[in-house]
Amino acid sequence: MTFFLVASAIKVFIVFNLIMVGVALLTLLERRVCAWMQDRLGPNRVGPQGLLQPAADGLKNFLKEETSPAMADKTLFTLAPIVSFVPALLTFAVIPFASPLPTRWGTVDMVVADLPIGFLYILAISSLGVYGIVLAGWASNNKYALLGGLRASAQMISYEIALGMSTVAVLLLAGNVTLTRVIAQQQHAHAWFIIPLTLAFVIFFISALAETNRLPFDLPEAEGELIAGYHTEYSAMKFSMFYIAEYSNMVTASALMATLFFGGWDVPFTRWDSTGDPTPIKTLVTFISFGLKTFVFLFTFIWVRWTLPRFRYDQLMALGWKVLLPLTLFYITILAVAIWFFRSQLGWDYGPGMAWALGGINVALLVALVWWLDRGRIVSGSVAQETA
Amino acid sequence: MAIGVKVMKRPTRQTSYLRATLKGMALTFSHLLRPKVTMQYPEEKSSKDWTLSSRWRGTHRMLTDEQGRAKCVACGLCPQICPANCIKLVPGEDEEGHRYPLIYEIDEFRCIFCGYCQEVCPEEAIHVGVHYENSEYSRDRFVYDLERLCAQTHPVSTLWDPSDPRGE
Repeated sequence: MTFFLVASAIKVFIVFNLIMVGVALLTLLERRVCAWMQDRLGPNRVGPQGLLQPAADGLKNFLKEETSPAMADKTLFTLAPIVSFVPALLTFAVIPFASPLPTRWGTVDMVVADLPIGFLYILAISSLGVYGIVLAGWASNNKYALLGGLRASAQMISYEIALGMSTVAVLLLAGNVTLTRVIAQQQHAHAWFIIPLTLAFVIFFISALAETNRLPFDLPEAEGELIAGYHTEYSAMKFSMFYIAEYSNMVTASALMATLFFGGWDVPFTRWDSTGDPTPIKTLVTFISFGLKTFVFLFTFIWVRWTLPRFRYDQLMALGWKVLLPLTLFYITILAVAIWFFRSQLGWDYGPGMAWALGGINVALLVALVWWLDRGRIVSGSVAQETA
Repeated sequence: MAIGVKVMKRPTRQTSYLRATLKGMALTFSHLLRPKVTMQYPEEKSSKDWTLSSRWRGTHRMLTDEQGRAKCVACGLCPQICPANCIKLVPGEDEEGHRYPLIYEIDEFRCIFCGYCQEVCPEEAIHVGVHYENSEYSRDRFVYDLERLCAQTHPVSTLWDPSDPRGE
């Protein structure tokens, strides 16, 4: 019991600090990648290659004046950043980030809390984040902030459905919500869930962009129309907390994608990491593997942000309700039938054979979807009248 | 229609942005790897793509003769032509009858850097310079006196020449 408590406390401390440092570096990465994509250099003055820029930004935010609008609801105004900050950090607790570490007192699972309810917990906690944004928008007593808050609530609730539905596909295949089990299954079958669940991953990725309020779905902020949306009235550390919340949500979403679809901390093309006794070397290597996978998604988030323009509000809602929701329902139906057929009729267990068979179905569906999208039947932009 | 304006044909039917998205992603990624255009200013003040023009009209410089005296003969043409009225000139005369400026001051805050003073000067004494780093700690330091004008070392501007409009 003491061992469990001490190990958990140490893990909480390490994970919290890793996320905070990761978020800090992510803000720098965002700015530098953005600059590189625009043929600039980006912040490179503070420290080597600008590595200390986040520290300078943090210091600036500590020293800045805390403004408080006269007509704002003081209690909620202060509470809102906390409400959005805390769930953002809580969600990472159930994500396993490396293989178990052997110590003198016993083996430590490299996950803060190996909850049996796994990603149900993530869905539950991450939907609390919307309260922070809505409260911020409402408590500011500012039209733009309120509009941002309203948009955020509508958008996050809409895309949560598609997000949840796409994870149902993982549930169907894994038969379990515990993330350690999901990873173990992918390792033993030697086939990551990206193969049998490609389409679910695509839907998950799009919904994750919307859930984290990143471009092309950053309507709650929309600096062109709403100044800065829900955090218009915030300054100094309160603003910083919203910022950290956004980026740690990104980290969690990326880590979740790596876990659910890309085998978590599994090192590809080897069984060495998942079989035999745990060793510190394995823990380190698997941690690096997990970090790299997460980094790829984080980079993609940034890449998408600096490429695509913002959706119009009706396009956003149309994509969520008219495309993604029916698509996931249709997909789950097909997938359920296919899995039932393979398991009950053919008596297969999840393994490479079943993965590739399902992968074939996914590719067929994906090709059909892309063909349909490309014909302009689903997502459409504004249309101008041709002038004579 | 102005020359060189590309008129895009707008889609008249509903279109998908799927291909456009992928194309955009490829474009941004290719830019990620391209050489950057940023000049690291205080360390790097000119590059092969960008140098300050030799016709740049910056803060003034007074040229001097071999004895180190200002070439100015205090003819009064520059304060006369100056549209911003920023040159203060008090002429003096020595025992041999040579005119020289007793006071010659240019208020760089009032100056509009038109370069008329250089153009009108019969002795090629006052020049506008190819120079742009002029920061000071107090405002009164921006009134340059004769001593300071003579002490400047930056290159002088080659003004636009009507007989050689392209600077060849």
